[in-house]
Amino acid sequence: MPVTVPGATPTLRGRRRLADPVFRWFVTIAATTVLIVLALMVVTTVHDAWPVLASEGFFGFLLGDVWDAGYARHEITGTYGAWPFIYGTLVTAMIAIVIALPLAIAVALYITQLAPRRIRNPLSYTVEMLAAVPSVIFGMWGMFWFLPVVLRPYVLEPLERWFGWFPLFEGPMLGPSYLGAGIVLAIMILPIMTAVIREVFAVNPTDAQHAAYALGATRLEVIGNVVLPSSFSGIVGGTMLGLGRAVGETIAVLMLVGSSQQWDVSLLFAGDTMAAHIAATFQDASPEAVRGLMAIGVALFVVTMSINVGARLLVWRLGRVTGDSAV
Amino acid sequence: MMIDSQATHASRDEAAPSDGAVFELTDVACSYGGLTAVRDVTMNLGRNRVTALIGPSGCGKSTVLRCLNRMNELIPGARVSGTVRYNGEDIHAADIDPAEVRRRIGMVFQKPNPFPVSVYDNVAFGPRLNGFRGDLDGLVEDCLRRVGLWSEVEHKLRSSGLALSGGQQQRLCIARAIAVEPDVVLMDEPCSALDPIATLAIEDLIQQLKDSYTIIIVTHNMQQAARVSDMTAFFSVGDADSSGHRAGTLIEFDTTNTIFTNASDQRTEDYVAGRFG
Amino acid sequence: MSTFLDSSDRTERGGPSRTATGHRSLRDKQGNAPWRTIKNRLCTGLLTVAMALGMLPLALIIGYTAYRGAGVLDVGFFVENEPPWRRDGGGYAAGFFGTAYIMLHAILYSVPLGIATAIYLVEYGGGKLAMAIRFFTDVMTGIPSIFVGLFVYGLLIGALGFGTFPAAVAIAIIMLPIITRSAEEMLKLVPDEWRNASRALGAGKATTIVRTVLPAAAPGLATGSMLAIARGIGETAPLILTALGSQVVVTAFTDAAQSAIPLQVYRGINQPFEAGIERAWGGALSLFLLVLIMVILARWIGSRTTKRRG
Repeated sequence: MPVTVPGATPTLRGRRRLADPVFRWFVTIAATTVLIVLALMVVTTVHDAWPVLASEGFFGFLLGDVWDAGYARHEITGTYGAWPFIYGTLVTAMIAIVIALPLAIAVALYITQLAPRRIRNPLSYTVEMLAAVPSVIFGMWGMFWFLPVVLRPYVLEPLERWFGWFPLFEGPMLGPSYLGAGIVLAIMILPIMTAVIREVFAVNPTDAQHAAYALGATRLEVIGNVVLPSSFSGIVGGTMLGLGRAVGETIAVLMLVGSSQQWDVSLLFAGDTMAAHIAATFQDASPEAVRGLMAIGVALFVVTMSINVGARLLVWRLGRVTGDSAV
Repeated sequence: MMIDSQATHASRDEAAPSDGAVFELTDVACSYGGLTAVRDVTMNLGRNRVTALIGPSGCGKSTVLRCLNRMNELIPGARVSGTVRYNGEDIHAADIDPAEVRRRIGMVFQKPNPFPVSVYDNVAFGPRLNGFRGDLDGLVEDCLRRVGLWSEVEHKLRSSGLALSGGQQQRLCIARAIAVEPDVVLMDEPCSALDPIATLAIEDLIQQLKDSYTIIIVTHNMQQAARVSDMTAFFSVGDADSSGHRAGTLIEFDTTNTIFTNASDQRTEDYVAGRFG
Repeated sequence: MSTFLDSSDRTERGGPSRTATGHRSLRDKQGNAPWRTIKNRLCTGLLTVAMALGMLPLALIIGYTAYRGAGVLDVGFFVENEPPWRRDGGGYAAGFFGTAYIMLHAILYSVPLGIATAIYLVEYGGGKLAMAIRFFTDVMTGIPSIFVGLFVYGLLIGALGFGTFPAAVAIAIIMLPIITRSAEEMLKLVPDEWRNASRALGAGKATTIVRTVLPAAAPGLATGSMLAIARGIGETAPLILTALGSQVVVTAFTDAAQSAIPLQVYRGINQPFEAGIERAWGGALSLFLLVLIMVILARWIGSRTTKRRG
């Protein structure tokens, strides 16, 4: 289109010559913000937390089970053993995965294999809507209704009564517990796991499925022999994403787990988690205690990042999952 | 390609229950999402015969084939009307289990689709599902021999089925299909993805399998139909309906010899002479 | 060939499992076929139960929140400050204003940055830098929000104190990767033909992006942004560490603790007085409705786009 009339278009060309590189430079800088922020996050928090980590040593910090923050401004005087919180985080996350995974697979199978085509989208949206519910509302609902009305009488109390002899279910059961928090956590991570696993099932190649049907296989047999085996790594990826979300969840868990700064093998114990402890004690924390919380934050970050990096590498191999709000 | 008196009795008239007919189709029509793909299909398909469905693309040949073992139901929005009788029974009756239909009526697809497991496990898949208790090794070897694949794979039974060539994969799929001892084997353009040598191998195989099974094959290749089949059904576009849409329909159904040398319908004559399609 | 089906069936006649032609009826299932059918039906039932179970929590949560919170909502609830918890009446004006103020800034920081990043990835990406940015953006969607709060606290609170600005920065960091990811998908959906047509008319790359690609992707970009906003509105943990909370409306930008709906709800629900708790339920219901409206609106805009594209 540029009709070259000498002298008539130098401004147009000149402007374009400047605009393009400037624009490119601008978006490139903007894009690297992510890397800068991430790097800053790591550097500043580790720097702030370092005195505590140095004072306790890595193993002292990770495995010590006494958390007794000091009150000094510039030195470390307390004991910072984060094991109770680390244990609580792992236990509640595990409970959540154990409950949510089979449910997510079943719901994803229903949506992709059983549901009439027309209601597939509405069904997916309904499950993903659960992901939009703010964490604080989950906590309130759990604390005021689910725990007292459903969990306590039908799950926690029977477990304590009938299985209290077994260390996993030893009392006393006070209400807040790893199990209670874990169950609500399962509901919270269900949407993201369902979204990922559903996507994996939806793109499962139909060639092999049709071949199996043509041999007279029932739907269950096609699912078990064809769909599930070839979806394995996608399911693992979805599980890890859910795990990452469960580990990082703060408010709902804080309201349901107990905040005791202690740990115990029993699932009915009112324990604590890393994220919950930070949120619970932050407001009244001394400068030294804040450093301790920073250290816990760093540990939380390391755990979550490892899980998420692993998950992304797995899920990426199958192509990006493009669910928006759930993820 | 002998002219079979039983088959001529059963061709193109009312679907009167007849001992020689495996399938009796009466006014069968299929539509996808409301749009009719093929209609007015009435014919009887004979036992232990090879019947070829030929015609230009988009006229419903594969659709009709998929009606015979209810594979159309796997496609969302697919509807079948009319009656398909197998051994005298309506396969779409409410109390019939589609899985049972498919156990008796097997299918080989256009693109070879072995499972991502070993050659052995591919053939053994069906029998295992059926709870086969006998000599599985023997069964697998038998099926592979019948499709002429045994000598080529006997030393790599545990290697992946996907590692075979296209022609070998297709023969593997045929072996897999006959391993469950169906009555009928449906073949949807089984050679269209294969080279000429592999194609000839499969055509020979079809001739041999005819003794034990009834075979219905959809093919684009007229010469193949002429070589391989006893009966031929010619499909083409029908007349326009009230909304102007032209669905596929059965034009003529007769012995292969008749279709190719002495067709009744001008359209058939035009097609086999290569004048269109 | 050995068989597990009785081949003599084919020649015998009579009996209820024979068809009119004397063959074995389709209704006569042999071997393990009946058991397989039963297993299949069981499986179908189980999956249906699971589906119902999956939809149940949402219904229960909506129901209970509405039940507890509906009574509190009146006009005053939205415009009045909250009195001491023990006392009745008042409202969550502090939270509504705080959320609006914080979100305004969070959007200002994250949306342009996120879209610019997406533009880089789609229009200029391809090298190692783009791969790294894409990977770490994905990874960032999984960072615990409390950690983001800790980071912003450590970086900014010393100098600026608690308040609107640090809170907005924290929320923006949480929103950024979400916006980038969805914007990238939306930009990729714009057909290359349109870009080529623009370039062929003499427009430069920057002009093409700004005048052709962005407007075409605008509804999708809006959807992604709204979903990120819905997420940002509901965050509580980072606000505990950056905004701290307040019961009265705060208009300062820095150096004064700011409120937000989820934060005020959290504080309200954790104290012992009934009046404060009831107000917290009202706040929770408003928060829920706000988020729900955003999500539904976002989906509606998104579906209109796909319909237009046909």
